[in-house]
Amino acid sequence: MSLLLDLYTIVLVTLGALFFLAGTVGLLRFPDTLTRLHALTKADNLGLGLVVLGLLPQVSSPLGWIGLIAVWLLALLSGATVGQLLAGAVRPTDWQRLGPRDAGEWTGRD
Amino acid sequence: MRGSGLAVTSALVVDGGLALLIIGLAVWITAARTAYGAAVGFMAYGLLLALVWVRLSAVDVALTEAALGTGLTGLLLVGAAARLAPYEAAESARAPGLGLRVLIGSLCAAVAAGLAAVVLLLPEPAPTLAPLVDANLPPTGVGNPVTGVLMAHRAIDTLLETVVLVPALIGVWSLAADGDWRGRPGSLPALPSSGPLTLLAQVLPPFGILVGAHLVWIGADDPGGKFQGAAVLAAMWVLVLVAGLRRPPLVTSRTPRLLLILGPLVFIAIGTAGIWLAGDFLAYPVGWAKPLILTIEAALTLSVAVVLGLLVAGPPVVDDPGPKARR
Repeated sequence: MSLLLDLYTIVLVTLGALFFLAGTVGLLRFPDTLTRLHALTKADNLGLGLVVLGLLPQVSSPLGWIGLIAVWLLALLSGATVGQLLAGAVRPTDWQRLGPRDAGEWTGRD
Repeated sequence: MRGSGLAVTSALVVDGGLALLIIGLAVWITAARTAYGAAVGFMAYGLLLALVWVRLSAVDVALTEAALGTGLTGLLLVGAAARLAPYEAAESARAPGLGLRVLIGSLCAAVAAGLAAVVLLLPEPAPTLAPLVDANLPPTGVGNPVTGVLMAHRAIDTLLETVVLVPALIGVWSLAADGDWRGRPGSLPALPSSGPLTLLAQVLPPFGILVGAHLVWIGADDPGGKFQGAAVLAAMWVLVLVAGLRRPPLVTSRTPRLLLILGPLVFIAIGTAGIWLAGDFLAYPVGWAKPLILTIEAALTLSVAVVLGLLVAGPPVVDDPGPKARR
C-alpha cells in the first residue's frame, strides 16, 4: 500500500515538475507578454496543483493536508490576480477598438 | 546502502545546482545594465538564498531571508530603481574609470576570499555555542533555540535591532519637504482600481493576518517569530493600501506613532523591571520568562509591522487638492 502511495506521489510530482518545465520554456520562448503570462500561470496552477496532490499521501495529519491545499489555493488566487494586473498593464488601450491583431502588443504571430 | 548512497548523491546534485545558480545569478546582477534589472535579480537571488538556509536546516533564517531580505528589501530596491531610472543614463555616463573599477573588484574579491578562508579553515569540530544554548534553554520556557537566544540570552541585541527600525523610518520621513509634513506616505503606486486587485485585497488579508499571528505564536517552539510574522502583516497592510481600500495614515496622527514605539517601550519596560525583579537589565524573573517573552514578542510584532509598512509607503507628500486628488 505504501509502495502504491509512493508511486502515486512520484508520478504526480513528476507531472507537476513537467508543467513547471513547460511553463518555464514557454516563459522564455513565447513571443509576447500575454502568451508568456499564460505559460507562467499554467505552471503555477497546474504544476503546483499536481505537486500538492502528489504530496498529500506523504502527510499524515489532516492539518498538514489543509496547509498544503491552502498553499495551492492561495497561489491560485494571487497568480490569477497578478496575471490580470500584468495583462491589464501591457494591454494597449485601443485593444477593444482595433482588435488584438492590430493592437501594439500582438507582435508574434499572424 | 545503495538507497542512502543515492540520497547523498541527489542531495549533492541539488546543493551543487543551487550553489551554481546563486553564483551565476550574482554575476548576472553585477553585470545587469539597469538598476531595475539588478533589483529584480536580487529578489530571485534572495529566494534561492532562502532555499540554501532551508538546506542548512536554518528555517528561522530562511523565513527571515524570504520575508525581509527578499520581499521587503526587494520592494524597496525596485521602488528606488524605478524612481532613479530617469537619471540612470547620466549616472552611468560618469561611471568610474577602469582602474578604480579593477580596484573595487579586487577588494570585493579579497573580502569574499577572506570570508571563504575563515569558513573553510575552521577547526574540526567547529567552535560552537550550540550545546551551551541547549543546556540553558529550559529556564527560558521556549522550545525554539533561536527564539531563546534572541529573546533571553542576547536580548540586548534584539532590543537594539527593533529600536533601530524607528530611526530608519525617521530617515525615510526626513526625505520629505517641509510642506509635506502634514501629508500621507506617498511612495506606493496608485494603481487604477481593478476588480481582481480589490478582490485580492479583500480576500487575502484575513488569511495573511492568521498566518502572521501563527508565525509569531509558533515562534516560541518552532521556526517563526516576530519579524517573520510582522513582515506578513505589513504585506497585508500594503496590499490593502495599494488596492486603494484604505489610505496610508497621516504621519502626524497619533495612533501609528504610538504603535511604532509600543514594542520597544514594552521591551525596555520589562527589561528595566528585570533590574529589581531578576537582578539584571533584560533578565526575566524565574518562572516568568515565557509569558514575558510572548508579551514582548506580541508588542514588537505590532510595532515592526507598522514600521515595515510605513517604510514601504515612503516619505509623506501632501495630496493635491480638488478632483485630481489621488484616490
